[in-house]
Amino acid sequence: MAEKNIPMREALRAALREEMIRDERVFVMGQEVGAWEGTHKVTRGFLDEFGARRVRDTPISEMAIAGAAVGAAMAGLRPVAEIMTINFAFLAFDALINHAAKVRYMFDGQFKAPMVLRAATGWGNQATATHSHTPEPIFAHFPGLYLGCPSTPADAKGMLKAAIRDDNPVLFTEVIALYPKPGLVPDDPDFVLPIGKGDIKRAGKDVTIVSYGRGVEWSLDAAEMLAREGISCEVIDVRWLRPLDLPLIFESFKKTNRCVVVEESLPFYSFGSEIAAQLQEHMFDYMDAPIKRVSAMDVPLPYAKEIELMALPDAHKVVAAVKEII
Amino acid sequence: MSELTKTLTRAELIEVYHQMVLIRRFEEKCKELYNARKIGGVYLHLYNGQEATGVGAIKALKPTDHVITAYRDHGIAIAKGADVNRLMAEMFGKRTGVSGGKGGSMHLADASVRMWGGYAIVGGHLPLAAGIALKSKYSDDGDVVLCFIGDGATNNGYFHEALNLSAVWDLPVIWLIENNLYGMGTPVEVSSGQPELHKRAIAYGMKDFGRVDGMDFFAVYEVAQQAVEYARTTGPVLIEAITYRYEGHGVSDRIYMKRVEEMQTYQQRDPLIVMEKKLRELFPDIEPELAQIEPAVAATIQEAVRFAEESPVPTAEDLTRNVYA
Repeated sequence: MAEKNIPMREALRAALREEMIRDERVFVMGQEVGAWEGTHKVTRGFLDEFGARRVRDTPISEMAIAGAAVGAAMAGLRPVAEIMTINFAFLAFDALINHAAKVRYMFDGQFKAPMVLRAATGWGNQATATHSHTPEPIFAHFPGLYLGCPSTPADAKGMLKAAIRDDNPVLFTEVIALYPKPGLVPDDPDFVLPIGKGDIKRAGKDVTIVSYGRGVEWSLDAAEMLAREGISCEVIDVRWLRPLDLPLIFESFKKTNRCVVVEESLPFYSFGSEIAAQLQEHMFDYMDAPIKRVSAMDVPLPYAKEIELMALPDAHKVVAAVKEII
Repeated sequence: MSELTKTLTRAELIEVYHQMVLIRRFEEKCKELYNARKIGGVYLHLYNGQEATGVGAIKALKPTDHVITAYRDHGIAIAKGADVNRLMAEMFGKRTGVSGGKGGSMHLADASVRMWGGYAIVGGHLPLAAGIALKSKYSDDGDVVLCFIGDGATNNGYFHEALNLSAVWDLPVIWLIENNLYGMGTPVEVSSGQPELHKRAIAYGMKDFGRVDGMDFFAVYEVAQQAVEYARTTGPVLIEAITYRYEGHGVSDRIYMKRVEEMQTYQQRDPLIVMEKKLRELFPDIEPELAQIEPAVAATIQEAVRFAEESPVPTAEDLTRNVYA
């Protein structure tokens, strides 16, 4: 299969473009997706190629962007709505949680909402307190919604295509820091990675590191450093917070009996909390050490670079956590 | 009115009146069953008094046109043609209900008649209406969306965002404010800087169809016809129907009972009385047909209650079904 070395934003763009060519019901809507070509340039060239009917600029109206996407999806279209960053998706929370995630259930299957809401996520660029959220676990709390967050360009393409083709509503978050990072991406327009399927990004035997999004990069860097000291880490990228690939985590844990969870998000009621709870509930007999969590610090994000970075997880913090339980 | 009788036949007008009586008796029965604890839950928002608005506006639609509303949805669902047995079964939380017993009073939908549901987050269904209208525009299928809006929903962000979006995208939506004078217990004048709610249209560059007497089927039907035509050919419109709910916000609300004079004023202009009077004026020999309506409605309600009572409750499989596709 032919592959190209392209950054994640180009992989996302390819996925979207291919799906729009494949299915006339797929269209994009959101702030600056048209003439501006997307805040993160994922929809570059779309307005020229597909026209204003299928590339729809919206007002700065997050409630209406998410809600109209739900309605259009219910009525038979397959909207891919973009909210510039996940920080603004708090304004769309009601439409996502009370409508996107509920219309199928509440009306017992009469309606479906096959929509994707894309939003950039992540922090670490002095974006400050209100623009530095990575709140995926909050959205993943609710049944009815899927949530994916890719860590590589290839995953980004395959996961976004799966999200667009799926009949369930999907919140798809894209780590800002990963947009420019390149990787090999299959050209195949039917390269689709199944929803809910995690991936072993590095095989190992001593410790299982579970992560997603940007945390995967820190985990892989840590695994490389630890390998030099003779510690073998298995790095699992869950890719999807919902549905969560627990079997993949459990199988790895049965082998390593140790686990570190790495996330960019906050520590309280978090991704790490959920993984730790699942492991102690289902894998207690295999557990040889406490589950460790590496996350952001439990503070809002400041402006000054020096103290902002103190709050951010990194590979060295992952190394330290692994060493505590090995 | 003479023009209207040209567009609606005598039989159709009888049918309209029949439907309004059916809604009234359905709501009265729901209240009775709620008080008898046969209908459960916390919420039961009745449509008594507002029948002319819902029936009049929906009568102006084609069957393929779409309707969506808030949680005061029983009358709207009946007017759009949802099955009365299955509506009553939903009140009872039965498996045969329109929403499988999972939605309840506030979430009545029937996709087969393009009744897209009742929604219980104030204003939450407005962008959904815009999205459904976008589908019509996108596919150029000529269908419009009639979106009912409570007066209370005109003051949260959904109203502003959805109406503005519909205007910038020229969507085929009829935004119909059912102004029953109170958002829960708060009068419109207390909650709205501009209590003439239809004037909000100006802010969006949207066609303003003004205020209409929501107690009068003929008045509502006439303006709705014009509004539907405008939405189908040109873009979104806003209408404000002045109406009145005879019950409280929900059946548990008792404060409304203190509004004796106001209630009497509106009940003198009851939609059923107004309609019946006009039918008699139009057709002096209509009495035998009118006389058949109440017994027929009573039989329909009785059958709906029997159907609901005898229907099975949802199962454990139903509990977890339709969370995802």
